[in-house]
Amino acid sequence: MTLVDVRDLVKHYAGERRWFGLGRPQAPVRAVDGVSFTIASGRTLGLVGESGSGKTTVGRTMLRLQEPTSGKMLFDGNDVFALDVTRLRALRRRMQIVFQDPYSSLNPRMTVDDTLREPLEIHGLNGTVTALLDEVGLDAAFAKRYPHELSGGQRQRVGIARALSVEPQFIVCDEPVSALDVSVQAQVLNLLADLQAKRRLTYLFIAHDLAVVRHIADDVAVMYLGKLVERAPAGEIYAQPRHPYTRALLSAVPEPNPHTTKRRIVLPGDIPSPAHPPPGCPFHPRCPHPKKSQRCRTEPPPLRPITPGHDAACHFAEEPM
Amino acid sequence: MTLGTWLALFVALVVTAEIVRVLRHRAMRHERWRRFFRHRTTTWGLGILTFLVIVALAAPLVAPYDPDKQLDIVHLKNHPPSWTFLLGTDVLSRDVWSRTVYGARVSLGIGALGALVAVALGTLVGAVAGYYQRWIDAVLMRGVDVGLALPRIFILLMAVALWDGLPFAALIIVIGLTSWFGTSRLVRAEVLSLRQRDFVVAARALGAGSGRVIFRHVLPNAAAPIIVSAALGVGNVLLLEASLSFLGIGVKPPEPTWGNMIADNAPSIYTAPWSTLFPGLAISLVVLSLNAVADGVRDALDPRAEAA
Repeated sequence: MTLVDVRDLVKHYAGERRWFGLGRPQAPVRAVDGVSFTIASGRTLGLVGESGSGKTTVGRTMLRLQEPTSGKMLFDGNDVFALDVTRLRALRRRMQIVFQDPYSSLNPRMTVDDTLREPLEIHGLNGTVTALLDEVGLDAAFAKRYPHELSGGQRQRVGIARALSVEPQFIVCDEPVSALDVSVQAQVLNLLADLQAKRRLTYLFIAHDLAVVRHIADDVAVMYLGKLVERAPAGEIYAQPRHPYTRALLSAVPEPNPHTTKRRIVLPGDIPSPAHPPPGCPFHPRCPHPKKSQRCRTEPPPLRPITPGHDAACHFAEEPM
Repeated sequence: MTLGTWLALFVALVVTAEIVRVLRHRAMRHERWRRFFRHRTTTWGLGILTFLVIVALAAPLVAPYDPDKQLDIVHLKNHPPSWTFLLGTDVLSRDVWSRTVYGARVSLGIGALGALVAVALGTLVGAVAGYYQRWIDAVLMRGVDVGLALPRIFILLMAVALWDGLPFAALIIVIGLTSWFGTSRLVRAEVLSLRQRDFVVAARALGAGSGRVIFRHVLPNAAAPIIVSAALGVGNVLLLEASLSFLGIGVKPPEPTWGNMIADNAPSIYTAPWSTLFPGLAISLVVLSLNAVADGVRDALDPRAEAA
């Protein structure tokens, strides 16, 4: 059953006006430019892309922590963007977020106990702080600590406990492990996987690292410059990537076996400014595809099914690279 | 100075030392207040302020003369400090020590209450503007621009012209209402940056209302600049009261304040510096002590300020 249904989500940041706000506005920044996907209940969608691709904005806009420019977000049939304040607050209990930076995601003036007690108070729940800490693998003694007395991994666990406190169905994990040490990354990923199994959670797992997503995601969506360029079941996308950008990302995943050599695709240049996206295919200036043609420069490729359940936005997705 | 006043002063000093000692002792049990007493300057600041408040409250015991009485306008005018007149006499032959002691009542009262009104208002306006942004921010901040652009003395003169014979409470309100602009800008800037932080976003995601977000998550983290501006604000209010007195629209004349003592005796600053020097020193002492205490409060509120 579909729990989360995002349709044609758009988030533009208005351009700055010069001359003390009287001049013509600069071009808007198209952080998210028409993104659609669904997540089935109890499943995980991995949302992958490099810095500036708009993946964090997708996550925050879905929870209406930022107002969308247009589009729709259906959560269990509720139109999240159309809700008034009271009903939105009620729905917030069911959708939570875990942040990337464990250093800024906890209030430095509040003890762990204060932080975890607050959501229980807001929604009048009768859970206990000790139970929450236990669920994320922290000792009850941590309740008295302040965030600065915890390590990165411990803070991230507190952040996860806070999200769990309101018993949500859906959690946006916004790069929850990318700020942690590699050894701690694995622990936190395992914790998230265990919690998902135990509580039947649905995740949107945002990451810039395909290797991390591989462990946890059922489906993977790849974002580039505010648009989805590929969307497929995880196994499929790793075995047979269709979009040249996905192929380049996969070629950058480290290979544990030192004897296998693989071809690295190195993309020239940087991601373009989302205020001035290139015409046609947004990826064309950096695309290494041998078939790249004039068509790529003028005609934006739609996200279309290549094989059943596997979509890609490339005119030459069927061609080998 | 009689034996009685010396005795009263001595008792005030002992009481102060005892209060500070007891406070310090009890503070050691709580981590938060232990941080408050970590700096020696904070303890001293607290001691000096306590002493001044006690002296102000016990003014009739500590002051040997009636502060408004002109003792002998012919022979005792501008008398230099001596054992009889500890801080000398002023141009109207009034005892400077007695006037300073009684002046502490008005000056400390106006300083504390005026700064309190100003900082509370500035914090509220700054927090609302910074948190809600958009047109609310634009309207409030343009108002602040106007407030900062108009000379404060001019606004106060208008208020006085409308009010005629400003009562003490009105003076505090008028001073408070014209002193919050700087604080509101400071707080707004802090709130603008804090509201982007993940823990504030998290609080909203958990369904916390704006009031809770502002008062529990944003403002506690903006405490440092607010406290510093409050401490500096008291000094500013004392000086503002002085300039109002100088213009003859502050506290009514015979009633002494540190501000109007300086203003009244400014002409004789070269011939009888004591009558301006001592109230001036009192103001400086209050501002310095407040800043020391403010440092302590800031540390007490910040759990990261661990004992190094």
